[in-house]
Amino acid sequence: MKPHFQLLEKELIERILGEAFQLIENPGVRVAPYVFDLLREAGIAVKDGVARIPEPLARSLLARVPREFYLYDRKGNRAVHYGGNDVHFDPGSSCLNILDAESWQPRPAVSSDLVRLVQVVEMLPQFAAQSTAVVCNDVPAEIGDWYRLLLVLWHSEKPVVTGAFSASSLHVLLELLAIESGGREALRNKPRAVFDVCPSPPLNWSEFASQNLVDLARAGVPAEIVSMPLAGATAPVTLAGSVTQHAAECLSGIVIHQLAHPGAPIVWGGAPAIFDMRSGRTPMGAIETAMLDVACAEVGKYLGLPTHAYLVAGDGRVIDAQVEMESGISAVLGALAGINMISGAGMLDFLACHSIEKLVIDAEAIASAQRLIEGIEARGDSLALAAFAQTGLQGDFLKLKETRALFRKEQHFPSAVIDRGLHASDTTALDILQRARQRVEELLASYQRHPLAPEREEEMLAFAQREGKKAGLEGLPGIPTLEYARETGLIQ
Amino acid sequence: MGRISDETLNAMRQSIVDGAPDTASDLARRAIAAGVEPLEAINDGFVPGMHAVGEQFARGQMFLPDMMASAEAMRAAMAVLDPELKKQGADRPVAGTVVLGTTKGDIHEIGKTLVGTLLAAHGFRVHDLGVDVSAEQFASKARELNADIVGVSALLTTTMRNQRGVVEALVKAGLRSQTKVMVGGAPVTRQWAEEIGADGYAKDAMTAVALARSLMEQKPVPEPA
Ligand code: B12
Repeated sequence: MKPHFQLLEKELIERILGEAFQLIENPGVRVAPYVFDLLREAGIAVKDGVARIPEPLARSLLARVPREFYLYDRKGNRAVHYGGNDVHFDPGSSCLNILDAESWQPRPAVSSDLVRLVQVVEMLPQFAAQSTAVVCNDVPAEIGDWYRLLLVLWHSEKPVVTGAFSASSLHVLLELLAIESGGREALRNKPRAVFDVCPSPPLNWSEFASQNLVDLARAGVPAEIVSMPLAGATAPVTLAGSVTQHAAECLSGIVIHQLAHPGAPIVWGGAPAIFDMRSGRTPMGAIETAMLDVACAEVGKYLGLPTHAYLVAGDGRVIDAQVEMESGISAVLGALAGINMISGAGMLDFLACHSIEKLVIDAEAIASAQRLIEGIEARGDSLALAAFAQTGLQGDFLKLKETRALFRKEQHFPSAVIDRGLHASDTTALDILQRARQRVEELLASYQRHPLAPEREEEMLAFAQREGKKAGLEGLPGIPTLEYARETGLIQ
Repeated sequence: MGRISDETLNAMRQSIVDGAPDTASDLARRAIAAGVEPLEAINDGFVPGMHAVGEQFARGQMFLPDMMASAEAMRAAMAVLDPELKKQGADRPVAGTVVLGTTKGDIHEIGKTLVGTLLAAHGFRVHDLGVDVSAEQFASKARELNADIVGVSALLTTTMRNQRGVVEALVKAGLRSQTKVMVGGAPVTRQWAEEIGADGYAKDAMTAVALARSLMEQKPVPEPA
């Protein structure tokens, strides 16, 4: 048996869905002009920018959503399975700041930070996917979203969880992916990335979000709905009420998406949170936030859909006991809930700051969670009888063949980030931050970049330079050969 | 003209702290009936209640839904007292007029709304333009209301630069000498505020109130008309 954590009873899930279907018809859902015709052609009434979606139509479109799909790595192998109870983790996305590992103070992130982060994630098996984790402040803001993806594609072979910041930039991100895959068709057949798309709570698919849904569906690149009810501020204060709003936002997003292209892959995802009534902040590490995430995913699972959530993030400003307690607890809960993609590791300060050192610590929490969901297995014909038959009451288990054959399966061995008293004399003096810093350096030292095929590499660089130039960018920070392009005269 | 008893002043103050709009408007009506100066009821009765609320919030002892109720109670009292002031040809004393909004391309509104609520709680007249507001909209509203301060929120690195656009639009509209600009939002820093020529930056809503007050002090005293 695989251990599984369930927060909602079937009856409650059905009530949630019942109300969610009612909500999308009345009061309906705010939608943007970009999708008016699409919705009207399907017989949905759209008045004053509000669409009223009838339940039978929503249900019939829901039935067309693929129950599972894969993301592929650069080599074309299946690397992430969205579906069932498979669990994957990726780092949090689009942070403004990075926690500086020298001063332990947050500062605006730059390209070299993202490159380091991507290289570390590439070396950590706990992360099945990369994310476009930070915005690089050394490139013009208007190209901030696609520039992250360029650096990830350049330095990584893993699948990517990404997202556009506007309607038009989506096409630049898609073009980068198409270049790396060898064309739009190749990208559609073996998508390497999934795109987060956020409705605005409550029940509003803004121009940019509507357009992203439609364009992604048509491109055949998976979309991930990141619905973000904030309980008590932009959603009902009760957790059950917020889960209901989340369901309504996802259902209406699915309607838009499936009308644009039936059968296109889409994920029931979110980053719901409570709204702290003392500060107005949105604590990602609060237990109620984790409960919301898990409950929202349970509703998606009930419908048989691929799922996503935002967990493993802490709210303090520095890596401390609070932040790691919050991150560890939610990593375990998310894994037990069988959520297909769990984003958020590495994040601090209410999703505003990333830390590479936190990522390597979180990776240990994730490894523990991954071990936990493997569960306890009965290996062999007897549980203990055979072992006792060999060693009797003497208890020499260490010498048994069985011990040697099975200990690696039974025990997970954490990295030196976790103090297991291994290096009593030389590392006890190092605290967790120092151990994390060391681990980051080790991972960076072991990283090796795998280049793309030369012609694709050239095409990608040419495209990026062309697009960058429009925004006044010279050279390509974060890509070694072109970093100092201006001085070396590589840029014409 | 009657004077208000301390007991009534306390009740007024308490009606705001408790967030009780019915009690607040009732007290206001009774004060008027008793011939009390509306300004006295405002300044000595209701406003101290709002100040107490603001202080409690700053100390983390006041919850937002309670504060919203206090603001509602304040509105209820003012709905009774404002017309009385008007009758006297007077205007409500305001700490300053603020035009507030989230910049073009950005739909994050929670922080901006919180700033607006607290400014209003501290006696500012706040006009909230909402989200996705163009630089020109900021400028034309500032002109219309003769605003003292324009407050611009931005939560995205991509929309932050539109804060600069608001400063420029105010210059273009010839309003910059009389209108202070304050900026805020997660990616915004003091350094950025300086770079774009804004007059101030605040990291949270309470600091925003302090900033707005100090900006009002910096304003040149208007020439008598
Ligand atoms: C809630 C939220 C949303 C909600 C907003 C709901 C709403 N109705 O407002 C939703 C889900 C809609 C949303 C959407 C998006 N979001 Co968002 N969001 C957030 C989040 C988690 C919290 C913001 C918040 O409300 N905080 C609580 C309030 C109280 O704090 P505050 O806003 O900072 O305001 C305080 C101060 O800054 C200050 N202040 C604020 N304004 C002003 C103004 C003045 C004049 C002054 C003086 C002070 C001041 O006082 C406030 C009160 O104390 C932030 C993370 C973060 N830590 O900021 C991301 C975040 C800002 N979002 C982000 C992103 C990427 C997006 C999307 C682009 C996602 C997507 N791919 O679709 C879209 C943007 C759409 C758009 N065009 O605007 C990124 C930004 C990254 C970047 N580099 O720019 C962040 C940092 C999260 C992340 N890491 O991904 N988001």
